[in-house]
Amino acid sequence: MNSLVVAALLLLLLAASYQIGLSRSRAVAGSSTLKMHSRPNYHGMMVALWCLVPALAILLVWFFVGDDVVRTYTLSLLPPEVVNGDATQLRDALRRVEQISTGYGVVGDAQPYENAAGQSLHEFRLLTFWATVAVAAGLGIIGLLVMRARIAPRLRARNEFEAVVKVLLAICSGIAILTTVGIIASLLREALHFFSFISPMDFFFGTVWAPRFSATAGGDYGQYGLLPLLWGTIMVSTIAMLVAIPLGLMSAIYLAEYAPRKVRAFAKPAIEILAGIPSIIYGFFALVTLGPALAALGGMIGVPIRATSALTAGIAMGIMIIPFVSSLSDDIITQVPGAMRDGSLGMGATKSETIRRVVLPAALPGIVGAFLLAVSKAFGETMIVVLAAGNAPILRFNPFEATSTVTVSIVNQLTGDTNFASPQSLVAFALGLTLFAMTLCLNVIALYVVRKYREQYE
Amino acid sequence: MTVSAVSSPKSSAAASSPNRSRIQASLKRRRGAETRFRFYGIASVTIAIGFVLFLFGTILHDGVPAFWQPVVKVDVTFDPAVIKVEPKPVQQPDQSPAAFQRANLDWQRKVSLLNWNRIVENSVRAEAPDIQMTPRDIQAMISQNERYRLRNMFIENPDLLGKTVPVELLASANVDVWLKGDIDRSIASDRQQLPEAARTLADRFYEDGRIRMAFASVLFTNTDSRNAPAEAGLLGAFIGSLYMMIIVIVLAVPVGVASAIYLEEFAPKNRLTDLIEVNINNLAAVPSIVFGLLGAAVFINYFHLPLSAPLAGGLVLSLMTLPTVIIATRAALRAVPPSLRQAALGLGASRTQTVFHHVLPVTYPGILTATIIGVAQAIGETAPLLLIGMNAFVTSLPVSPLDQSTALPVQIFLWEGNENRNYFEPKTAAAIIILLTVMLALNAIAIVLRSRFERRA
Amino acid sequence: MMFNAPETQKMNANVAPVSIPDPASVALPKTFQTVRTPDPEPRQVRVHAKDVSVFYGPKQALFDVSIDIPEKAVTAFIGPSGCGKSTFLRCLNRMNDTIEGARVSGTIQLDGEDLYDPKLDVVELRARIGMVFQKPNPFPKTIFENVAYGPRIHGLATSKTDLEQIVVESLQKASLFNEVKDRLHEVGTGLSGGQQQRLCIARAIAVSPEVILMDEPCSALDPIATAKIEELIDELRANYTIVIVTHSMQQAARVSQRTAFFHLGILVEEGPTEMMFTSPAEKRTQDYITGRFG
Repeated sequence: MNSLVVAALLLLLLAASYQIGLSRSRAVAGSSTLKMHSRPNYHGMMVALWCLVPALAILLVWFFVGDDVVRTYTLSLLPPEVVNGDATQLRDALRRVEQISTGYGVVGDAQPYENAAGQSLHEFRLLTFWATVAVAAGLGIIGLLVMRARIAPRLRARNEFEAVVKVLLAICSGIAILTTVGIIASLLREALHFFSFISPMDFFFGTVWAPRFSATAGGDYGQYGLLPLLWGTIMVSTIAMLVAIPLGLMSAIYLAEYAPRKVRAFAKPAIEILAGIPSIIYGFFALVTLGPALAALGGMIGVPIRATSALTAGIAMGIMIIPFVSSLSDDIITQVPGAMRDGSLGMGATKSETIRRVVLPAALPGIVGAFLLAVSKAFGETMIVVLAAGNAPILRFNPFEATSTVTVSIVNQLTGDTNFASPQSLVAFALGLTLFAMTLCLNVIALYVVRKYREQYE
Repeated sequence: MTVSAVSSPKSSAAASSPNRSRIQASLKRRRGAETRFRFYGIASVTIAIGFVLFLFGTILHDGVPAFWQPVVKVDVTFDPAVIKVEPKPVQQPDQSPAAFQRANLDWQRKVSLLNWNRIVENSVRAEAPDIQMTPRDIQAMISQNERYRLRNMFIENPDLLGKTVPVELLASANVDVWLKGDIDRSIASDRQQLPEAARTLADRFYEDGRIRMAFASVLFTNTDSRNAPAEAGLLGAFIGSLYMMIIVIVLAVPVGVASAIYLEEFAPKNRLTDLIEVNINNLAAVPSIVFGLLGAAVFINYFHLPLSAPLAGGLVLSLMTLPTVIIATRAALRAVPPSLRQAALGLGASRTQTVFHHVLPVTYPGILTATIIGVAQAIGETAPLLLIGMNAFVTSLPVSPLDQSTALPVQIFLWEGNENRNYFEPKTAAAIIILLTVMLALNAIAIVLRSRFERRA
Repeated sequence: MMFNAPETQKMNANVAPVSIPDPASVALPKTFQTVRTPDPEPRQVRVHAKDVSVFYGPKQALFDVSIDIPEKAVTAFIGPSGCGKSTFLRCLNRMNDTIEGARVSGTIQLDGEDLYDPKLDVVELRARIGMVFQKPNPFPKTIFENVAYGPRIHGLATSKTDLEQIVVESLQKASLFNEVKDRLHEVGTGLSGGQQQRLCIARAIAVSPEVILMDEPCSALDPIATAKIEELIDELRANYTIVIVTHSMQQAARVSQRTAFFHLGILVEEGPTEMMFTSPAEKRTQDYITGRFG
């Protein structure tokens, strides 16, 4: 109900102030001999801004500090022995007072001090609420009047309004930066916290991953060697690339250079469907269909392949990355100027010679960039490996065995547990920092290469 | 040098030139290479599309049967001998709401303490008096929570006492697996999930039609359930995903479009904006799980947003979708011909007016498509949600974005990990079908809206 | 993009009726006779084209063009833009094959061999009929590799020294060698526009073609570079049959021995260059070379 009142108030202020600005502007225009600099609607919008901004600021302040104020007030109403007593008892008392103040009532007999406190709280709430509303409305109206008085033919209301819009737009574009800063800051902070438990040497160069569960006390946190996870990540990504790069690149070449228009119109979106499928679905596919099939295949040819292994996860991930590679490569191949192809074909080169000797070398930087982006995607992929890699963080080199990756361990260490004090969950941030650094390097190089490539043919 | 058999040369003068004979000699090999190269291309496309078909085939094959589940039609008697309880309380004039609620809850608790299993047992037993069944056999057959449904029917309508009504009770997950053949019927009786008597009864009921395959509406009307897998549904996850989708649309789209406008139309081209550009492109390629870590550290640990709530999830997904929207909007803005801007500026419009009145409307289709692709990507995302606790087991419907909830892909992940794989594998596939349908619907909306926009433009 | 395509087509379909009718499709000049003036002293014919028509999808771009192209001479194709001169040039080494939906009818023969014979390998054909394009299009490789490309793919050089010799000779023939001899292993795209175009000519020469087709080779170049290319064309005439499409009538007058005038997809008139620019037989040719239209 309160928020409805506030919303109604704001809407009312908005409409009224805009209208007031509009009619004031028209009146000024009518009485003045000078030509108005700005159209009336800009005056209206400026008045609305001058009115709403102070009002909103007051309401926001109350939104953030209001609960604390009410709590402090409620505490002052309670007898000191309750306030200084047992924490659960205090919480219970606060709740009861709260219930009495809203008129809901409490079960059992209410203490006299509870009734009194409830009554006072009720009044206090009402008072502060209306006081806030009044202050907000008052400031808003003052703003309104000040701005209304400013309206004059020479006032550059449009420029002022546009400056405000520009500032708002700039703030929005700052959010993307803030996100990056937030990522780096939070990862670094928690990772440093982690390194206060475990030395960075043991983390980055350790070969055993065996974190103890937080229940084990006594300062023994277990071992946090990154290398098994890193190796697992690299192994799975390599397998994925072995699947995705040949298939994706050849598909792109075929679709860009050979396919008749009708085939291209059908096949390109069909392959891109693969890109829109959430990775959890590939995980399901790997776990339920691909893994058992590979295990059966291994049985046939006499190689023991586990159903959940680096191979299973790698192949599923490779399938997922095919469209990524193919559409990026397709873009890059089609950017190679047609004149280049004509030059080669005109000399009697066959199409495949033209592609292999002219188009691909010309597109190479761009394609390498695309591959790097694909590798970065493979490094960061989580759900497929969580489901299909078998979660065995052991340093071994057989891709037919279960393995684990950096991302899997992040999920395992942090899921369901947000105790930010133990190395068991903090290690997720050290892992995340490693992952972020790796993908950042790949992305920056790849983006730079691709950008240079684009500029070359623009 | 031997004269090659390829295309008989007619002009002897030309054929004698050494270049021509060399070229002709190489033709066969080069044509072979050409054919092979082309074949690799066709094979790659075929394999890639084959994967699409195989993936969808597998999921449809696994998932479609799970949209039907067995229900047992029985006559339920609300036997007063079992249901011994006082009449439902009514609110007295002098009673406070708190006191009435307490009384009501007390009554409901008493009703709950009654032996509703007995009611279920008796009704099933009455259907097949000739088969010897322990209560355990019957409990194994009927889904666990069906007794609560009977209880709720009674709480809703206390007049049922002493009456007999036909009710379709949901069969348990094990009956489902048994009847659909998802379990090997030949394995030894003691290793079967369903007791002997229940198996016989299920088969008989199925033959005489007292068990029929009904549409599994629980998928759409129920939340997750641990003790009654047959009743587990996706509604909670769906609403969680819906909240997050709304948050992403409300936050990521306006902010993303605004920053794209600023960067493309207003920002001075200098090192700072260059840095922002690199930063945004990089942000688009940051692994989603890193956004999860950001969410855990900032939203949960620092701002103390509720764990497992769609609010935190929506914020994380918004940040993740932001670069996609910015990049696509910038591309759309860049594609607007400069002549349009010049035309507006030439008429004396300010830069802001030019952008908002003339440039931006042209880019709506592009922004819209990008938005929907971004949103579709966001609602399919799982990993970051796991880190902010959205894999919690939640059986209540989230009323607001601050309530505990899960999301469709996370629910898929949870079901995928369920120990009762025979039952949950098809059910997971069914959930995947629903998730894909939602995403497909989003894309269809994008296509329709886009073509409508373009027609107007 | 995929949503765009049908939309655009539909829009075009809607627009077509109100737009000005395509002149080529209105004036179907089935009975039109090309006015031909033979050379005073007849030359050996290398390329013989008869009734060549070209269609791009449903649209006809060229109507029954017949022409004989003589050996060791420069034949220039002139005409306003969109008249089909480049289209016809591309037919001569089957570059139209690379355009989806293009269809060619009629016969074109090189030394009596049908170029469109299905048994004929287009690879071999294009090695015999080289082509230089409007915009210089060196490959993003070194100068050496650019020239060596043709000999390499066709297997023309038997040894490394052989290949080097071919490259040097070709560069010399294209009068480029002296300018680039110190930087053969630098990237070809780093050269100036005129040098790039001469590199492309050297590249074409390297496979010793019998005919060289040039599609407005100077349109992207400045006057000095153009003069050099024209000089080069004149030198090359001694050993090759050259066909050049040009937008500039002055250029046609400077470099060619025979000129063919195309208009709206038909070959209006062809004859010795001198005669074409002084006393054309057709009124339309007259109008074009005097600048009445173009």
